[in-house]
Amino acid sequence: MIEKALKGGRGYWAWIIFLLAIMGMGGMFYVQQYNYGLGITGMSRDVTWGVYISQFTFLVGVAAGGLMLVLPYYIHHYKDFGRITILGEFMAIAAVIMCLMFILADLGQPIRALNVLLHPTPHSMLFWDMIVLNGYLFLNVVCGWAVLHAEYKGVKYAKWVKYLIYLSIPWAVSIHTVTAFLYCGLPGRHFWLTAILAPRFLASAFAAGPSLLLLVALIMEKTTKFRVGQVAKDKLVTIIGYAALLNFFFVGCEFFVAYYSQIPGHMHTLDYLFWGLTHDGHTYNNLVPFMRASMILGLGAIPLIFIARARQSTGLLALSCIILFVALWIDKGLGLVLGGFVPSMMEGVTEYYPSVQELGITAAVWATGFFVLTLLYKIAIEVKLEQEG
Amino acid sequence: MKQDRRDFLKVAGLAAIAGIGAPSAFNTLLKGEATASEHGAAAEAGHGEAIAAPTGKRWGMVIDVRKFVANPDLPAKCVEACHSIHNVPNFGNPKDEIKWIWPDKFEAVFPDESHYKRHEALHAMPIMTLCNHCDKPPCVRACPTQATFKMKDGVVAMDYHRCIGCRFCMAACPYGARSFNWRDPRGKDENGNPFIKTVNPKFPTRMRGVVEKCNFCVERLAIGQIPACVEATGTTGAMVFGDLNDQNSEVSKVLSANFTIQRKPSLGTYPSLFYII
Repeated sequence: MIEKALKGGRGYWAWIIFLLAIMGMGGMFYVQQYNYGLGITGMSRDVTWGVYISQFTFLVGVAAGGLMLVLPYYIHHYKDFGRITILGEFMAIAAVIMCLMFILADLGQPIRALNVLLHPTPHSMLFWDMIVLNGYLFLNVVCGWAVLHAEYKGVKYAKWVKYLIYLSIPWAVSIHTVTAFLYCGLPGRHFWLTAILAPRFLASAFAAGPSLLLLVALIMEKTTKFRVGQVAKDKLVTIIGYAALLNFFFVGCEFFVAYYSQIPGHMHTLDYLFWGLTHDGHTYNNLVPFMRASMILGLGAIPLIFIARARQSTGLLALSCIILFVALWIDKGLGLVLGGFVPSMMEGVTEYYPSVQELGITAAVWATGFFVLTLLYKIAIEVKLEQEG
Repeated sequence: MKQDRRDFLKVAGLAAIAGIGAPSAFNTLLKGEATASEHGAAAEAGHGEAIAAPTGKRWGMVIDVRKFVANPDLPAKCVEACHSIHNVPNFGNPKDEIKWIWPDKFEAVFPDESHYKRHEALHAMPIMTLCNHCDKPPCVRACPTQATFKMKDGVVAMDYHRCIGCRFCMAACPYGARSFNWRDPRGKDENGNPFIKTVNPKFPTRMRGVVEKCNFCVERLAIGQIPACVEATGTTGAMVFGDLNDQNSEVSKVLSANFTIQRKPSLGTYPSLFYII
């Protein structure tokens, strides 16, 4: 099947070369970081995690979002998702690969990464995160490939695959739950210390993952003969819309608890993210425009995506997917992780600005993800089109 | 129908096994901390109640802030003693900063002690801040490689050679006690000045990409010496160090004779540091 990724038109190759160029640029920045140390990033003693870990957190959600396609198809036999389930699984592969790369990029001693296996530590949530992420990658590679290969051969997939697919469903929930547990089990970080963090992560994941998938599917409909099917697209809109609503409901719950209880520790980070925080006569508010935009865009995208469906407007549908994805990316890929470090444990405020090298490496990891995604999707739709002949 | 019943029994059986296993699994998760109640034994109600401290030797420290106020040169002396012995680099900027012990403001160290009528004198007080060597250390719980671990005598120690530099411990520590080597501490700045002024050959320097913090001077305790910062305070009594579980130790006597406070006690970390304000 791999040969299908080696044949393509000019647009395909231009896209591949574009991604490879970004990857190469990021690779060079990584050499710099490797030689100098993580001090080359914008991270500091007070803000010890930056864009790497926040991208990782967001992308775990994108990976888990594949569940929203696999579950209806395999458990509820929702046939209309038959053409895109594989896209969900392949998106999960690309997203988990990005997650693992972001973790590696963030390690001070990446060469020692395997110490996590050498000294297994069940009381550390990072140990469990390593297990669930790699397990999820394995499950999606095996299931996705086995199902597609069977289709390629024109036969039904083997029975054992089905059990692995069933396993992958709760596993998808576990990856984002454990990722939330990295944060919400830490005493002293009030912003993260909330039982609703894992549910909120899942809700935003089930909106962000499928909206990226729908967007990519729309692009493929435009550039190839592949068709998702109207019913599947409409159903995706339902999933995305409700998941996004749930996410904002959870965000609202956070606001209520913080501001009704008036407990300073619970309010500080939200103050910082949405209004700015004053400390020693200086106002810190570098994330305020982003967080406000995230809120407005996200809440605006929900009615928009339903309007797009009602009007059967592809352009509006694509636009609302982009807006929602960006809104959720800001919320989780920016505010959630960075906000947790403000105020610091010594009640100070240190703001974080990523460095050029850091942004370059981040872009390269994203490019790698899209590279993997492109190859896998190319193979998948070629096989599908061939079978439908 | 029969099939259904069999399926149900299977599920019920599995659920029962899981139910029996869950408490012990949870205890494994919090290994060595025994926070989750054992089978049948109920947890203590109300966290205001004093719980029985673990027995055996447990190093602890009382910091008498009054003495630091009376001797304004003491904080710098303590910091210098610690940082020179432990080869703590000075990068000259807050972003890369590494510190094991430092004086900080009252409101930064004790943020929960806030009220309208806080005494003026508190604002200028230098509160010495260092690792609390918690009895239930969140950093140890978070570390994925056991590179940071609690020793039998209560010291929370670091293995710099095992640390992968994930900085999970730094996110987990509620006291801001941990620092990361953002760049090579053995290196030099643009003007050729080394970050470690004079290397103490008796203590290892660290490498780039690992976390470090106060180690309660384990290397000195091992040869019967007291921590360097305590030694630096001389006879002032500004810092008293000893075995908290030994009734006759000086630290126990100071603790029984004075009202002391701890940092963020509501988090349940049970620090080994006590403050007399």
